[in-house]
Amino acid sequence: MTGRPADAAVFLEAVRAGATGWDGARQLPAELIREAGRAGLLAADLPHHYGGAGASASDVGELSARTGGVCSSLRALVTVQGMVAAAVLRWGTAGQRETWLPRFASGEAVAAFAATEPDAGSELAAVRTRIEPAGSQLRVTGRKVWVSFGEIADVVLVLGRLDGAPAAVLVETGRPGLRRRPVRDQLGLRAAHIAHLDLDAVPVPRGNLVAAPGFGLSHVAGTALDHGRYTVAWGCVGLAAACHRLATGHALARVQGGVRLSDHQLVRALLARSFVDLTAAEQLCRRAAALRTAGDPEFLAATVTAKYAAARTADSVSRDAVRIHGSAGCDAGSVVGRFLRDAAVMQIIEGAPEVNEMHIADHVIREHRRTAGGHPGHVPVPSGAVP
Amino acid sequence: MHNAIMTSRAPAAGPPDDGVTDEVRSYLAEALGDAPGPGEDYFATGRVNSLFALQLIVFVEARFGLVVEPEDLDLAHFRTATAIASFVAAKRAATDAAGRR
Repeated sequence: MTGRPADAAVFLEAVRAGATGWDGARQLPAELIREAGRAGLLAADLPHHYGGAGASASDVGELSARTGGVCSSLRALVTVQGMVAAAVLRWGTAGQRETWLPRFASGEAVAAFAATEPDAGSELAAVRTRIEPAGSQLRVTGRKVWVSFGEIADVVLVLGRLDGAPAAVLVETGRPGLRRRPVRDQLGLRAAHIAHLDLDAVPVPRGNLVAAPGFGLSHVAGTALDHGRYTVAWGCVGLAAACHRLATGHALARVQGGVRLSDHQLVRALLARSFVDLTAAEQLCRRAAALRTAGDPEFLAATVTAKYAAARTADSVSRDAVRIHGSAGCDAGSVVGRFLRDAAVMQIIEGAPEVNEMHIADHVIREHRRTAGGHPGHVPVPSGAVP
Repeated sequence: MHNAIMTSRAPAAGPPDDGVTDEVRSYLAEALGDAPGPGEDYFATGRVNSLFALQLIVFVEARFGLVVEPEDLDLAHFRTATAIASFVAAKRAATDAAGRR
């Protein structure tokens, strides 16, 4: 049984002081993951039956924001456990759900999601990883890059192709033929155990396929990425809020040449702009939460919109926070400096801004056609007769 | 008119479907720019992208009050408006049968 939101808040405040050290050490402490599970931070929206807390979209958002305001790498753990749990809950077999979901919620098993390849980033339809029948089994062969928690994951949800159709398969990391190459010293998310994975004819049972071939990208990866965008969006709001709080505190405390920083008009303007952007991003996240709770099909576009705005806000607010801190913001171990590096990465993961814009434009055009009745762009539906 | 790929089933001759086919076509018209024919395979014609494919499932669930289970995930259920109507009818029949037990 996992904890309540209050437990998660207490846990996060208790570990906050460690985050700078984790970034420096390029890893999360081993026991932290199980503690996060006990505090109810992981896959909290899973039903109680699977060890989750049955948390609402709104609760998951708040948890992600709180975590994002402490440590982006820990938030990345919340994100990836949530992504793989959502995909398995939605499209996995009963056996897969019983095997994995309780372990994801407790932190007993760390999940990873391997989609990106050297030649397939934003365009995941280009993945080349092969999932091939071999007797009663499948063999998985390919190269996956930038896999969060790939270094320590117990199971990886891998996107590949089976008979040419996009397919998703769970690969336990103890299987032969899987090699992990940890990534070190990347710009941000330094404690997120990112790794490149080389799969060389890794054998897995057929029962590890999640959904039928043909649905691996649009539905399995689609569900995971949607969930990931949602927790990243809220995580970005939490990151931006933490930076804004630190910047405001510093501006009020710091006196230079007899003048308090917060008395400079330029500093006040930065604080004001950050506040507006932060509030706007948070409201877009709340809108996404409401649409998710209502089961409105536009929740997918609303989540992309929230992620787009929140990632941009995390970037700008953390950048302004570093400027307000001055040299202290640039120092090794600077909290706002760490958040700025993390924010740069969060712009790119789960859909770069340019990709988000294409999805948001699809939504804009759909809405226009839906509401434009009789105006340019309105689409009449001809009768059911076959043309 | 684009080249519609037709299924072998003749949609006009099918049983009444409570307007499900036309509702699905209206919804698709918003995304695609014009309504696909009742038997047009919009996946084969490449008019539905992967992001919208998931949204279509959520629409079917929300609009017709059912849950698409993992075992329902068969392209044959979703590739045309008439196929979706048949799927909705089958799910409703199964729910009704379960309700009577």
